[in-house]
Amino acid sequence: MIVFASCIILFLIGLYAIVTKRNLIKIAIGFVLIEYAVNLFFALVGFKKGALAPIITKLDTPHNFVDPIPQALVLTAIVIGLATTALMLTVILRIYDRYKTFDIAEIKRLKG
Amino acid sequence: MAFIPLFIALPLFSAFLIPILGKIYKPLVWLLSTAVAFVLFVLALYGVAVSQEISMVVYKMGNWPPPLGIVMAYDSFSAFMVLVISIIVFACSMFSLRFLSTYTGNWKFYTLLMLMTAGMMGIVITGDLFNMFVFLEIAALSSYALVAFGLKGEQLEASFKYIVMGEIAGLIFLLTIALIYAKTSTLNLADISTALQFAKNTTFFWMTLGMLLFAFSIKAALVPFHSWLLDAYPAAPAPISSLLAGICTKVFGIYTSARIIFNIFGLSRANDPLFFNFLIGLGLLSIIFAGVTAFSQNDYKRLLAYSSISQVGFILLGFGIGNYYGVLGAILFILAHSLAKGLLFLTSGSVVHSAGTTDIKKLSGLGERMSTTAWSFRIGALSVIGMPPLIGFFAKLFIIIGAIKAGFLWIAIAAGVLSLLSLGYLLRIENNVFMKKGKSEAKPAPFTMRVAMVLLVVLIVLVGVGYQTIVDYIAGPAAHALLRGLEYSHMVFNYFSMSF
Amino acid sequence: MKGMSLIVKTVTNIVIGFIFIYGLYIILHGHLTPGGGFAGGVIIAGVFVLKLLTFGSKAKDERSASTQASVWESIGGLLFVSVAFLGLLLAGTFFINFLPKGTPLHLLSAGIIPICNIAIAIKVGAGLFAIFLALAAQKYIIED
Repeated sequence: MIVFASCIILFLIGLYAIVTKRNLIKIAIGFVLIEYAVNLFFALVGFKKGALAPIITKLDTPHNFVDPIPQALVLTAIVIGLATTALMLTVILRIYDRYKTFDIAEIKRLKG
Repeated sequence: MAFIPLFIALPLFSAFLIPILGKIYKPLVWLLSTAVAFVLFVLALYGVAVSQEISMVVYKMGNWPPPLGIVMAYDSFSAFMVLVISIIVFACSMFSLRFLSTYTGNWKFYTLLMLMTAGMMGIVITGDLFNMFVFLEIAALSSYALVAFGLKGEQLEASFKYIVMGEIAGLIFLLTIALIYAKTSTLNLADISTALQFAKNTTFFWMTLGMLLFAFSIKAALVPFHSWLLDAYPAAPAPISSLLAGICTKVFGIYTSARIIFNIFGLSRANDPLFFNFLIGLGLLSIIFAGVTAFSQNDYKRLLAYSSISQVGFILLGFGIGNYYGVLGAILFILAHSLAKGLLFLTSGSVVHSAGTTDIKKLSGLGERMSTTAWSFRIGALSVIGMPPLIGFFAKLFIIIGAIKAGFLWIAIAAGVLSLLSLGYLLRIENNVFMKKGKSEAKPAPFTMRVAMVLLVVLIVLVGVGYQTIVDYIAGPAAHALLRGLEYSHMVFNYFSMSF
Repeated sequence: MKGMSLIVKTVTNIVIGFIFIYGLYIILHGHLTPGGGFAGGVIIAGVFVLKLLTFGSKAKDERSASTQASVWESIGGLLFVSVAFLGLLLAGTFFINFLPKGTPLHLLSAGIIPICNIAIAIKVGAGLFAIFLALAAQKYIIED
């Protein structure tokens, strides 16, 4: 149970960073933290006590594996997260190019 | 049924081909993307024809049977959405040729456009929850990049806001998938819907539904979560605003939530009136708030963005009414709104291209200089307001009929009265930009832009005049597909047992 | 981008080939052991990033590297979708494993999976390198 709680704590730390921080890079870090929390939670869903990693090295391996599907899904989610983070950082760098600041309070050319 | 994976594979293939073609000969890129969009349209028509006979086609990717493998579950509602997507993508691709001629590296635009098409097609035909998430992220990622395509400060800022909101939605969706997997040990939508019936009305059931709705209402820009849209639509290049407004929010938010509510969680008006009343409330909130705020806007595209939010409220209202006519109205509304709002944003692009600004106080006298654009705007606006022979009228009519049949007379009246809001704010554009006399140096829009706009105008009129055909063959079956509820999962598995 | 000191250059010269081979190993054994196209592709991209960081480069080279990376990325993607299409053409189902499966746990087995791994590796390797260039050398490739 304590590991699930740690996921939630990690999630909340990330949310805190997104909501309160004014630096764009810190917001991006908040996102990465939330993403890790979700991925960690997902990987833990497939966990079984005392089970092995789901890798078949011999054909007659006993089938006491942890659930491999969450691991495969987390891998996909990580790849998507990589793309999102890269895009977000690229946008942030371009914003810095235009506004010469990382502070969201000073980036408000839009009226809305 | 080999045509089903083509909906995803063709745009994906061309998305990867475009960077190579862009190195060889740039005009080929536009040709390829428009041709692919057209082929998709033809395939979508064929798909509609197929869905007349077989109401649910299940395609096993790599021949892995469900629930082990990923399946594509193509029913009438998917067929309808695929058709709408292909029309809007074709019009946007057509429109982009001249509009983007001033942008540098504009062939990259078509890569992103095709990736987004692949993602949206994937969302509407997949039968697997995680697969839906992956396609949602593909489409969302390309839309973030497309909003920032011009690399101006405002566009980057809007794109960043969009990324922040969109990614919160995406991560909540992923978290919910993890919860659902932990409970049901499956990702197949049909399987989930069977498994969830054993957990019906538990805290888990309502919590996951709430989280999914939260994620999707951010994607659909319903009122408490609409702030990203107001920046993203005005800042993005006009073809992209048109694509985002016309189809993206519908696919990301409305299609997904409708599918989840009706087919996966198996809710219906008869069993869960409270939840459907909540949907009606959410819809009305969007209609009223965005409709009223739109009056104070002076930016052509921002005004249309508010109008979009308000129109999405109508779709939600239709789903919230929850009987056949309500859902049919909502589905027709998706079509009407895609065509009309797509068209209105294209006219905004044509205005920007010719006059260089979107501030309606500064624009004037464009009605004479740009008559095609002006008339396209008028037809689109009339459809949004709900003028009788146009499709927007029938969509609203069915929602109102649905409300009366469900015994909500006040909602029927409110829906009628609130349509007048859209008359009010669209008249502001008409008066200021097109009717007001004034000197203007604007040139008429280039040929391909006019073709794209006229195409949508013709479709709005045709679909409106022949609404009975649309209802009989496309929208009606789609409404039935949704209202089938839990039959969905039986049909997926029955198809599977039939084919063996 | 400026290069690094002589020590770094010498060490890089020694290890860079091994890293590349390790990446290839991970890719080619993707269907047998943990790893595969994505992990191997990341390592391959790491080789190029390491080379660029250590030896430095001119703005012109970075621009052409970015162009090449985007072309290779497309080739990887095309290869992957083509394999899926071949399944549709040859065996009638999209993404079907149409090649002979071979003996399990041997290098030549699992049908199309090694080919898919290679395609993914090309795409990921080139894509990550392009991301690196976009972030690190953005001043030079911002206009195209």
